[in-house]
Amino acid sequence: MNQEAATGWAKVKELGSRISWQDVGPLIAVFALMVLGTAINPTFLSMGNLTNVFTRSAFTGIIAIGATFVIGTGSIDLSVGSMAAFNSGVMIIFMNYLVQHWGATWATVTAAMALSLLLGAAGGLVNGLVITKGRIESFIVTLGTMGIFRSLVTYLANGGTLSLNLPVRGLYRPVYYGTFLKIPIPLIIFCLVAMVGAVLMYKTRFGRYVLAIGSSYHVAHYSAINVNRIRVLTYILQGICVAIATIIYVPRLGSASGTTGYGWELEAIAAVIIGGTAMKGGTAKILGTVAGAIIFSIIGNILNLSDAISQYLNGAVQGLIIIGAVLVQRTSKE
Amino acid sequence: MRRTIVALTILCLALLLIGSAAVAQDKVKIGVSIPSATHGWTGGVNYWARVTQERLQATYPNLEIILVTAGSAAEQANTLEDLYAIHNIDALVILPFESDPLTDPVDMLKQQGVFITVVDRGLTRAGIEDIYVAGDNPGMGRVSAEYMVEALGGKGDIVILRGIPTVIDNQRFDAFMEVIAETEINVLDWQYAYWNRDDGFEVMQDFLARFPKIDAVWAQDDDIALGVIEAVKQAGREEELFIVGGAGMKEMIKRVMDGDRLIPVDVLYPPNMIATAMEVTALRYVSNAAILGHYILDATLVTPENAHLYYFPDSPF
Repeated sequence: MNQEAATGWAKVKELGSRISWQDVGPLIAVFALMVLGTAINPTFLSMGNLTNVFTRSAFTGIIAIGATFVIGTGSIDLSVGSMAAFNSGVMIIFMNYLVQHWGATWATVTAAMALSLLLGAAGGLVNGLVITKGRIESFIVTLGTMGIFRSLVTYLANGGTLSLNLPVRGLYRPVYYGTFLKIPIPLIIFCLVAMVGAVLMYKTRFGRYVLAIGSSYHVAHYSAINVNRIRVLTYILQGICVAIATIIYVPRLGSASGTTGYGWELEAIAAVIIGGTAMKGGTAKILGTVAGAIIFSIIGNILNLSDAISQYLNGAVQGLIIIGAVLVQRTSKE
Repeated sequence: MRRTIVALTILCLALLLIGSAAVAQDKVKIGVSIPSATHGWTGGVNYWARVTQERLQATYPNLEIILVTAGSAAEQANTLEDLYAIHNIDALVILPFESDPLTDPVDMLKQQGVFITVVDRGLTRAGIEDIYVAGDNPGMGRVSAEYMVEALGGKGDIVILRGIPTVIDNQRFDAFMEVIAETEINVLDWQYAYWNRDDGFEVMQDFLARFPKIDAVWAQDDDIALGVIEAVKQAGREEELFIVGGAGMKEMIKRVMDGDRLIPVDVLYPPNMIATAMEVTALRYVSNAAILGHYILDATLVTPENAHLYYFPDSPF
């Protein structure tokens, strides 16, 4: 136990100093996939296609940044995809209501964004409190809230689809489709979230506590770290990340339904693990998580750009590439 | 101790909620078992089942309609047992989750003398159902293809977005390809878009990046089509192509009605087929009409001229 904790602290120190060379592994995997994509179809490298691919990675990418903290403590959050769907649904209903009073103005949109952040933080708080105060495994609690959020959005949508009021949509649209200095806005937000995440993880006491808890729950506890408080905070952070992802997701299609965000939790968790964060906690690689999310998006894109492989085998190819990408980065470390 | 009590109370409340559905009365009882509203189309099925339940019970006081939904094939099999054991139903209207796992449970009720109406997805053994009501899946593919051949003048480049790999999807696709095969229409590529908007959007983005010229898109489903519309708008290629969806979602019917150039037509696969099945089944107990048999609803081509007949603004789908 002690030895484990000692190595844990050593890792914390090492991570605190700088982004280490180990973080480069996932980037090499991204590069390898880009070479593969170009070889399959030169269209891959076109500006339009690359923009699409990176922009798409923003949703699960932003969620995965939050998941890096949760997984860093050795816990898990399965509810993020459903929470995103529920959040989208509430945002749309709220905006459709506000538009009757405030019209299609930025006030309406901004209020909905604020509500989304509030809901995300509240959802995370509930997850975190039930896990810590109820002393229940995070897997079970978030499996439960995953079902709850998913049904709630289905209920709100009456089993159908919630659609955003058209004039508001027109106003809100640029948040997904717009660009700043030719860079799509979702991508800018993704970068900002990743940067804030990196600072929190590597430069603050909070980040060090997260990794200490992940390394050894008991040692962290006996070192007078308020373990429960930190764990709840990671879930709140995760909820806020989900809210940010929702804020850029809603203007894309202007709708939410029972299938919104379906499977995002698995993609986010996979992005974190592919990026080099350990499932059992104690280590966390923010840059790796970013690369992991991009890897996922590139794989889907490559499959759509090629007709060399039978579409019936898409899932198998996807699985092979994921395993291959992780192998590439593992061997590149040595 | 207190935690245990709280936990037990929650459990009891949940059980009460489930149990309260059971009320016994001396009426003809029709059980209706449908999948829960997990996506647009089943949302429509749920809406129409509720509307029809209210209408039938208001019109015929001697009928009691018991509506149950299930989230999976296994759960649906359980609800069938409950419908018989608790409610003692006289007739069953079922839209099976999957054909195979529900064939035996439905057959079991049949052998107890329950009248069986099957909707949309057929059972794997013939002769169990008394009435079968379904949309025309091969017809959907055929009607879509025939429209495309006509609109494109028999030649052009198209892409196809398919649903979820299932029998239904194969029937639609094969019938479509059969019509296309005799023309000079070239299918650039097809991909699965899983009957949802996000996949429709992403697959179409990639098709647009890959192919400089696309004359038409067969999206096969209205949810996919909505995603496709956004991708086409983003690429600014609205003038280049048109999209054919399917099902009869109100938003799409509205676009057809308004003469949207991007969505010139829609092909019906109506969720209110559950209403047809319930109404026909009810006739057995309130009239002398001959009702036994198979009812295959047309895959009607919705055009700006007839769209108003299929526009239901109150339905969620």
